[in-house]
Amino acid sequence: MVTIRLDGLGAFHGARLVLSDVSTPIFRGGEVVAVIGPNAAGKSTLFKRIAGLLKGPGRVCLEGALKGPDGICYMPQDTAANAVLTVYESILLARKQGSAWSVSDGDLALIDGILAALSISDLAFRNVGELSGGQRQVVSIAQTLAREPEILLMDEPTSALDLHRQVEVLSFMRGLARKHGIAVLIAIHDLNQALRFADKCIVIAEGRMVACGTPEEVVTPALLRDVYRVEARIERCSRGIGHVMVDGVAAETAAAASIAA
Amino acid sequence: MSSEPAALSAKHGRGLYRALVLRKQLILAGLAVALLLSLCIDLALGPASYSLDQVVLALVSPGSVPLQVRVVLWDIRLPIALMAVVVGAALSVAGAQMQTILNNPLASPFTLGISAAASFGAALALAFGVALIPAAIEYIVPLNAFVVAMLTALAIHLLSLKRGVTVETIVLLGIALVFTFNALVSLVQYLSSEQALAAVVFWTMGSLTKATWPKLIITSLILLATLPIFVRRAWALTALRLGEDKAASFGVKVARLRLETMMMVSLLAAIPVAFVGTIGFIGLVGPHIARMLIGEDQRFFLPASALSGALILSASSVASKSLVPGTIFPIGIVTSLIGIPFFISLILSNVRRSW
Repeated sequence: MVTIRLDGLGAFHGARLVLSDVSTPIFRGGEVVAVIGPNAAGKSTLFKRIAGLLKGPGRVCLEGALKGPDGICYMPQDTAANAVLTVYESILLARKQGSAWSVSDGDLALIDGILAALSISDLAFRNVGELSGGQRQVVSIAQTLAREPEILLMDEPTSALDLHRQVEVLSFMRGLARKHGIAVLIAIHDLNQALRFADKCIVIAEGRMVACGTPEEVVTPALLRDVYRVEARIERCSRGIGHVMVDGVAAETAAAASIAA
Repeated sequence: MSSEPAALSAKHGRGLYRALVLRKQLILAGLAVALLLSLCIDLALGPASYSLDQVVLALVSPGSVPLQVRVVLWDIRLPIALMAVVVGAALSVAGAQMQTILNNPLASPFTLGISAAASFGAALALAFGVALIPAAIEYIVPLNAFVVAMLTALAIHLLSLKRGVTVETIVLLGIALVFTFNALVSLVQYLSSEQALAAVVFWTMGSLTKATWPKLIITSLILLATLPIFVRRAWALTALRLGEDKAASFGVKVARLRLETMMMVSLLAAIPVAFVGTIGFIGLVGPHIARMLIGEDQRFFLPASALSGALILSASSVASKSLVPGTIFPIGIVTSLIGIPFFISLILSNVRRSW
């Protein structure tokens, strides 16, 4: 089974160190890890560093990955693209990078399967430039899955989706992680979705990791006050899942000041 | 939403995709046939007109036609007609790849000043014998053209990497470069001797009439050497059109790909200019027609761009002979007459939306 561990990981933007000292316990294939934190905290930077798109100190320790570092697939935040390409071609493109021109029946069968699984078969022959933000996001997930990841890094994959689609996509990703032994790291702003779907949680603020553990251990009123600067409670629903109930904006605390410093 | 990605409704999408590929292959075949037809008409037209039968016979079996026909077709018309095909393909491929890597629908060697830069490099060699790279005398014109074109392309490339630089900024920079190099070519003309002046003026008006077999072979070799490099990078170049971040996430080395492509583009743009002068707008119109017909999967877009550029220039060559009977209109004027309305329509049709 694939495992990933981050050891003193940092990242440079140009000459500036914008992320430092991210060390985590081992995450195993089948687990969903939520990466949370305020805007510009360094979540995307962390993913780009893990994917090898940024340089920096520290190590990404992989074990059991059949494809090695190529098994790490990063799905960036959604950006509009108006290429004259169909959705089907754009997914094929993700799969065929670095390989021959010819397209096998196996390639096409995999894409058909992914389209059906994500319920976007009806979009297959639409141009990518014609899609709505939500549709683009699901197509982006399809492109990432076409690369058959072993470690999957998804940067805000549900930010443009309605509530139904968010639950649908996150349930699907968790099922996929469990079934295929993929370790899925998801950067997400919705803490309730993190509490509902994640097995583990990493909190990034000001370019550093400030907490790591199960969502219940990590998402606490103290963390919400210090990192997100809101007064909030965690209440459990009848199914035992925690929900963040926000009461208002918090006054500056000593801990928040120390994170900011 | 199912949790089993690989098991559902397989055949439908696969069949439609195969049909889409077949349609694209048929379009490519259609373009190739149209190009062949245009080439034959181009060969048939001239002060002495021949029938298409005679042209085909002279090409297939030169020994079976009269000596005069053979000489006219093989020694005079064929290099010119084939030069139109090769130069058209080279400029169109250069334009297609510039548009891809700069993410800019208005990019082409002509509109961004790379052709003008190559003209200036060629003019320096022609007027003063200046060699920017030490080389044998017969190669300094194309080499100068390439060096100045490459430096210009690199400058555009570096500027395009800066944050906040828009599509419009690059186009305005291109216009500034065109003016700058045109002014420099005028300066070279002003300072050059009367004999050199005539040679330099030739570069300011594109013309295929000075095409020879050796020039044709060099231009063809450049095209044949660069095409496989683009072919190998077809998936990566297509991925660039989904955005830089997306391409990088697919494992594409974006910065390296852009730089290498820009170098190839300067070569493809400079060598034709060194031999036939500045022929405008092929690099703009060719790729847009290819994109409209076939989309941007580079496996099809690349050959379609080459074929459409070749077809436009070959058809322009036919038009240049037919517009005023008995004379050959400069081909640069014909391509500009086609290209300028196209260029304006691209600007007016809100390029961001249609791109």
